[in-house]
Amino acid sequence: MSRRLGIAEALREGIAEEMRRDPKVFCIGEDIGIPGGWGGAFTVTYGLEKEFASRMVNTPIAEAGLMGVALGAALMGMRPIADVQYGDFLFCAMDQVANQVAKMRYMSGGKAQVPMVMRAPVGVTGRGAQHAQMMEPFFVPLPGIKILVPSTAYDAKGLLKSAVRDGNPVLIFEHKLLYGSKGPRSESGTVDASSDIPDGEYTVPIGKGIVRREGTDVTVVGTHLMMHRSLEAAQALSKEGISVEVIDPRSLVPFDWELLKTSVAKTNRLVVVEESPKRGGLGAEIAATLAEEMIDSLAAPIVRVAAPNTPAPFSPPMERFYVPQVSRIAEGIRGLMAMS
Amino acid sequence: MTAQSYDAGWLVGLYRRMVLLREFEDRVKLLFLEGSMPGTIHQYQGQEACGVGVCAALEPGDVITSTHRPHGHALARGLTVDEVMGELYGKVTGCCKGKGGSMHVGDLSKGMLPAIAIVGGGLPIAAGMALAYKMGGEKRIAVSFMGDGATNEGIFHEALNMAAIWDLPVLYVVENNLYAASTSVKMTVKTPRISDRAAAYGMRGVTIDGNDVLGVYETTRELAAAARSGKGPTLLELMTYRITGHSRRDPALYQPEEERKAALANEPIGRFGRWLVAENVRTQADLDAIRAEVKAEVQGAVDRAIAAPEPRPEDALEDLFV
Repeated sequence: MSRRLGIAEALREGIAEEMRRDPKVFCIGEDIGIPGGWGGAFTVTYGLEKEFASRMVNTPIAEAGLMGVALGAALMGMRPIADVQYGDFLFCAMDQVANQVAKMRYMSGGKAQVPMVMRAPVGVTGRGAQHAQMMEPFFVPLPGIKILVPSTAYDAKGLLKSAVRDGNPVLIFEHKLLYGSKGPRSESGTVDASSDIPDGEYTVPIGKGIVRREGTDVTVVGTHLMMHRSLEAAQALSKEGISVEVIDPRSLVPFDWELLKTSVAKTNRLVVVEESPKRGGLGAEIAATLAEEMIDSLAAPIVRVAAPNTPAPFSPPMERFYVPQVSRIAEGIRGLMAMS
Repeated sequence: MTAQSYDAGWLVGLYRRMVLLREFEDRVKLLFLEGSMPGTIHQYQGQEACGVGVCAALEPGDVITSTHRPHGHALARGLTVDEVMGELYGKVTGCCKGKGGSMHVGDLSKGMLPAIAIVGGGLPIAAGMALAYKMGGEKRIAVSFMGDGATNEGIFHEALNMAAIWDLPVLYVVENNLYAASTSVKMTVKTPRISDRAAAYGMRGVTIDGNDVLGVYETTRELAAAARSGKGPTLLELMTYRITGHSRRDPALYQPEEERKAALANEPIGRFGRWLVAENVRTQADLDAIRAEVKAEVQGAVDRAIAAPEPRPEDALEDLFV
């Protein structure tokens, strides 16, 4: 049996299951565990205080402090799930996340353990420049943190459960337009990322990507919203006779290079779709790695469809220009096919 | 305070521990200046009564966080001279297998988190460790050492506020040595005492003489008991003085000569030694013998650290993830 759940509901269910399984698991964040409140900015922890009152630690507005507190608790054997309301606020917590959480085990010579999950919503979503950033490019180069980017409810729950059990710092980026948050915290412009969630226990392994659509002419890589839009573009292009394979990495650190390389070895063409600025982004890393390791397999240059190198604008027409739309992704793929 | 209130052997143990911190740092300074020791150093000479007095009041299950100036805290908490010296040399025998270095010495199994060299970085982590103790119903406490400079960091506010609102079993210990690197505390703090800031969090604030090792011990014992019994955190300010440079070859020319002279006359080891002699606990000759023993112990650790194996270069790839 299964039930149809959105990402916010699936994450909530995963958190609750892990808290039932292990009394060391607790949530810490802003505006969580408040009866009559929201369950975080996007309802992920809504209502969990009814079952886990003493393990929903609601903090002052203090992102650096709460990440440091979570780290300290993790070092003592607890398993915190720490969240910020918007990924952008991770910059406030940057010393704790980048200097302390990421490096503590390494600096200790492997003696200190940091079994800690961090969650952060991302996505360019009608809020202007400071509640909009895709934070992944700032964290991918940082050794010591695993990074997950679920784009479906099934993966969100399964990856969260793997993250709680992993024993290392794991940062989960969740997309605001994919949550499926309901009630007063619902979003406009959302995309359906719901899944049939099995009633039984399951996890999704960290570090394993997935082929979302098989194809033979070109490989397209995208995460979160860009994965969904790439699927739409692939559907449209199939009518033009272009067969697109869509890969969803699901984890950025570690990255499933084998899956990607196998796909590119078949299609010989690659498009990377990014919601963040092109400069120094995921596409740059993927392109450089493939150029180093399999340039002879490429029949044409690698194409990046990305946001421009500016902050996210507010005004809807400018925002639509900024974030790759299905039409722009399709254009990028057509352009690549025309080159070869 | 009279010596009769204490076990004589315990008093001498405190003295010996302070001498160990001093001799360790003096030897390290020479090794660094002659260029035979890698890295950089931030030293603890003059502040020994703080680390030794506080740590003497802790239980084995308690934990401390330290700073970029951590050698003294590590030795006071009970890491061996070999483990700390080995780490300074970057050897596999070091407490962090050479991955940490001077600014990150520590070992959680001995009650000290690897030291945190970002000013103020350890403050919320100590609160988190204390939160874990509280959630688990354990009677342990966390102690977070910092310098006066850390009290001007934003994270000081976030951490102390959370420790206070949740009544966490944590002590925030400010070793006020009057200088954040080369900048006088008079230029950076408006309140007469740093401990005055505790009131802003609804927390106890206490300022005492940080060069009086027994006073530091007694006050810490009292505040630790309060924290352990659910009465929440304290901001404890220890007035002290660094009688060496901030780091590396710093001659500390910003310390006025008169101030420095007075500080040298007030340094904690000489003070405690004179008291031990005056109270007939030990003779000066006994104390001299202790210093000679400690010197030999430190030299032995230096010799062993130099002889210890280097890590394999590719060991750099280990210890990132479980």
